[in-house]
Amino acid sequence: MKRLLPHPLLTLTLAILWLLLVNRLNPGHLVLGLLLGWLIPFATAGFWPEHVRIRHAGVLLRYLMVFIYDIVRGSFHVAWLILKGPSRLNPAFIVVPLELKSDLGISLLANTISLTPGTVSSLVSADKRTLIVHTIDTGNPDAMVAEIKQRYEVPLKQIFEEGDV
Amino acid sequence: MIDILLSLLILTGAVFTFIGSLGLARLRDFYTRLHGPTKATTLGVGCLLIASAVYFSVREEGVSLHEVLVTLFLFITAPVSAHLLAKAALHLKVHSLAPEPEQARNEEQIP
Amino acid sequence: MLDTVIPIAYALVSLAFVFSFWRLLKGPDAPDRILALDTLYVNTIALLVLLGIHLGNAIYFEAALLIAMMGFVGTVALCKYLLRGDIIE
Repeated sequence: MKRLLPHPLLTLTLAILWLLLVNRLNPGHLVLGLLLGWLIPFATAGFWPEHVRIRHAGVLLRYLMVFIYDIVRGSFHVAWLILKGPSRLNPAFIVVPLELKSDLGISLLANTISLTPGTVSSLVSADKRTLIVHTIDTGNPDAMVAEIKQRYEVPLKQIFEEGDV
Repeated sequence: MIDILLSLLILTGAVFTFIGSLGLARLRDFYTRLHGPTKATTLGVGCLLIASAVYFSVREEGVSLHEVLVTLFLFITAPVSAHLLAKAALHLKVHSLAPEPEQARNEEQIP
Repeated sequence: MLDTVIPIAYALVSLAFVFSFWRLLKGPDAPDRILALDTLYVNTIALLVLLGIHLGNAIYFEAALLIAMMGFVGTVALCKYLLRGDIIE
């Protein structure tokens, strides 16, 4: 089973992407999409060193909800700051210590941070222990670090890493 | 009804796209300028693409969802390019309003 | 309703082009210019999508998809060049 279908999630994703790309749903394209989704993981096996397992689908769903809500909130926040003018901003770099270990977890956290209110991730240290984040309007740096950890890192750890360590 | 929804989506999208670029022109240092295009512009274009999906789904037979593809792609790539730009700027020691972090200097030797 | 909204949207996106282009010309640093280019391609996608809705033609979507992909690759390549002084190692 494992050898015949190395990445079932990737297969499903690729099939859905194919259907979206051709923009119509008929049996022929469904079969072609599934075939491509089955073949491409073999060709690209070298690029998928980690085996991804999703442990808590419920947590993932809730995380996605929070993420989408935060994208909207973040855009309104940054739009308001831009309209208010540059003189009232208080930018700073803050350092977030990472508890996540896997590359996937860290990159998802960094991307989430970049899309959510007032923060853009700038640098992951070489030892993958800290993440440097630029905040556009800093109130209390410690509170922001705590919020990032609580709001995004804890669910990501639950979804992708629990039980790995 | 659909007309009102479409108009709202198009207007929101255009306003956010505009504000993102306004931020690019208006703010004072590179790192704060990075925030506008990453968040506001991405959401703006996302709104426009959703408007397009709704428009073509209503106008023609069958749903038109391929706009979702570009939206997803943009939402995945925007933070990646922002991160790379910030990394490049830290590497080049671009003028910053905020004091630069300690770690950035220590990372210099590592490729 | 759409007939009044679309020209306003065109105007706003065109103004966005002007601001991004100004930043592209002014700089002052290389990352600023790359960021301006990045914003310009996203703005182009916005304009193409608007044109598609305006003319009622879905063909412009393909161009938007291509620009999205090429623009991202371009940004990454330019950043890589700034970081390493080389693109392909």
